[in-house]
Amino acid sequence: MSTNDIVESAVGTAEHSGTWPGHGDPAQRTAGTGLAGRPNPGRQVWVILTGRYLRELYRVPVVIFMTLIQPIIWLLLFGALFKRVVEIPGFGAGNYITYLTPGVVIMTAMFSASWTGMAYIEDMRTGVMDRFLTAPVGRGVLTTAALAYQGLTTVLQSTIIIAIGWGIGATFPGGAAGIAALIGVSVLIAVAMAGVSNWFALLTRQREALIGASTTLVLPLTFLSGAFLSLRLVPGWIADVARYNPVNWAASAARLAVEAHPAWATVGAYSGFLALAVVVTAAAATRAFGAYQRSM
Amino acid sequence: MTSGSNAVVEAHGLRKSYKPDITALDGLSFSVAAGSVFALLGPNGAGKTTTVRILTTLSRPDEGSASVAGINVLSQPGLVRSSIGSVSQHSGAMGLLTGHENLTIQGRLYGMRGARLRRRVSDLLDQFGLAEAAKRQARTYSGGMRRRLDIATVLVHRPAVLFLDEPTTGLDPEGRAALWAVLTGLAKAGTTILVTTHYLEEADQYATRIAIVDQGRIVAEGTADELKAGLRGDSVLLEFADSVSAEQFERAVAGIPQVRRATADGNVVRARVPDGPRTLPAVLAAVELAGVPVRSVSVTRPSLDDVYLHHAGHSFGQAERITVS
Repeated sequence: MSTNDIVESAVGTAEHSGTWPGHGDPAQRTAGTGLAGRPNPGRQVWVILTGRYLRELYRVPVVIFMTLIQPIIWLLLFGALFKRVVEIPGFGAGNYITYLTPGVVIMTAMFSASWTGMAYIEDMRTGVMDRFLTAPVGRGVLTTAALAYQGLTTVLQSTIIIAIGWGIGATFPGGAAGIAALIGVSVLIAVAMAGVSNWFALLTRQREALIGASTTLVLPLTFLSGAFLSLRLVPGWIADVARYNPVNWAASAARLAVEAHPAWATVGAYSGFLALAVVVTAAAATRAFGAYQRSM
Repeated sequence: MTSGSNAVVEAHGLRKSYKPDITALDGLSFSVAAGSVFALLGPNGAGKTTTVRILTTLSRPDEGSASVAGINVLSQPGLVRSSIGSVSQHSGAMGLLTGHENLTIQGRLYGMRGARLRRRVSDLLDQFGLAEAAKRQARTYSGGMRRRLDIATVLVHRPAVLFLDEPTTGLDPEGRAALWAVLTGLAKAGTTILVTTHYLEEADQYATRIAIVDQGRIVAEGTADELKAGLRGDSVLLEFADSVSAEQFERAVAGIPQVRRATADGNVVRARVPDGPRTLPAVLAAVELAGVPVRSVSVTRPSLDDVYLHHAGHSFGQAERITVS
């Protein structure tokens, strides 16, 4: 467009909007935009920002494909490798794929969620984060939007993995209720992990740091749980550590939930702990905005 | 804090340092009148970006106070955010979303919705020449289009005060002129604009008022004309065949008391004289006598570069080189 066009545009801007904001009186000005002169209530704003993430996912669908390759490999590889592990006395399950599928669901939920902070780091690099932070939007809203997005994609991802597991022979005696609970538990661990990831992203602001943290954290936490192997068969110290490992809470709750007669009280207790972890990590991630801004 | 008569942006004694002991702001103060285009002019690293980050609530000063649109930036950041639009050095556009989506999301962040938001978004896309590209992802936009999108985006909620940090960096001359035309138009319509730049000519040509920032302080402030008038006199630029030191030059012209503030850079010497055309013959005669052949000479009215040199104690170009290396 030529210089003249844009000059006209600017003047047009002024003329077109007869109610161009005054500059002395904030109340008068904000009246024009429907703002009551205070930060937006977050109720619908997080939905908008979650929608933005979903739209971006839709534009780059290869991301969905990539996040599914890994669990498929885990299911097929571990399924074949440890096929006969169930024959060890005391394992307590009849079919390893049935045992493994909830564990892979939880691990995948964790792994994907551990990358949540990447979106923040990208937004910091491109200036989008600054744009959000200068808008009248609470920091809690930004956290909520990111965690809600991670929760939604985890529902999709877990459902697909469960379907694949079922396809290669896993059974879910607990039926629909059990599967729903399994998905619910995967969402809890994912959102808790997403909180950690965002917290870390805001503090370090570095892609490499997040990659390092994710890869060093997720696998050990998974192997220090009953995700792949019954804790009755592992060394005592691992079983002890697993007791305090949120991944083990999730893996245990997930496996119990799909049984024929689930111990709902235990599932509920683990889910409660996970919900608490969600609250703590979400609060930490929100507070980290302060540290991010102080450092700039 | 109470705002002055018609000051829309006020900064008082802003100080900020980053560990380890890098002083970004060293007691910076200024105020911006309503509906004006105020330029913070200075080289990279002078503290311009830090100042904008504080005024747009992204950062907090260690000391000092600031208000925007009569609202205290430190105690009421949420209120300030409703009143401002801010374009940072980075684009700020969401590359995977279309221009239309970028504007719509921005409006919704500010509580706009429905038909009014749709109309505002399509008006802005039209006005900024982005209507045809509205359905394309922003990452496919050219540099100039992206800048226009950035500005259109922060205008959705009709901010009273607009902050732009180095908005013309990376634009070609035509794009720069176009962008300045937009800003001038907005200011005419009542928007107060604070812009940072390290282009002297831009500030000279377009800004209502200019504050020269050097090492975290405002060293001079006024309209371009006021700043130049404050210097009194003309700038004489002599190019010699060989390199010459300022001392050599001063010795040669010792008999002409009007010559002040000589600085040398290679074989070029700059000096200030009260009345260029009248003093020049004497200067030329004196250096001729000293046996240093002059290759060319020019007399100019004071430029903003001279103002900068005068107040910051080093030329603008030098400051730039120092911070870059």
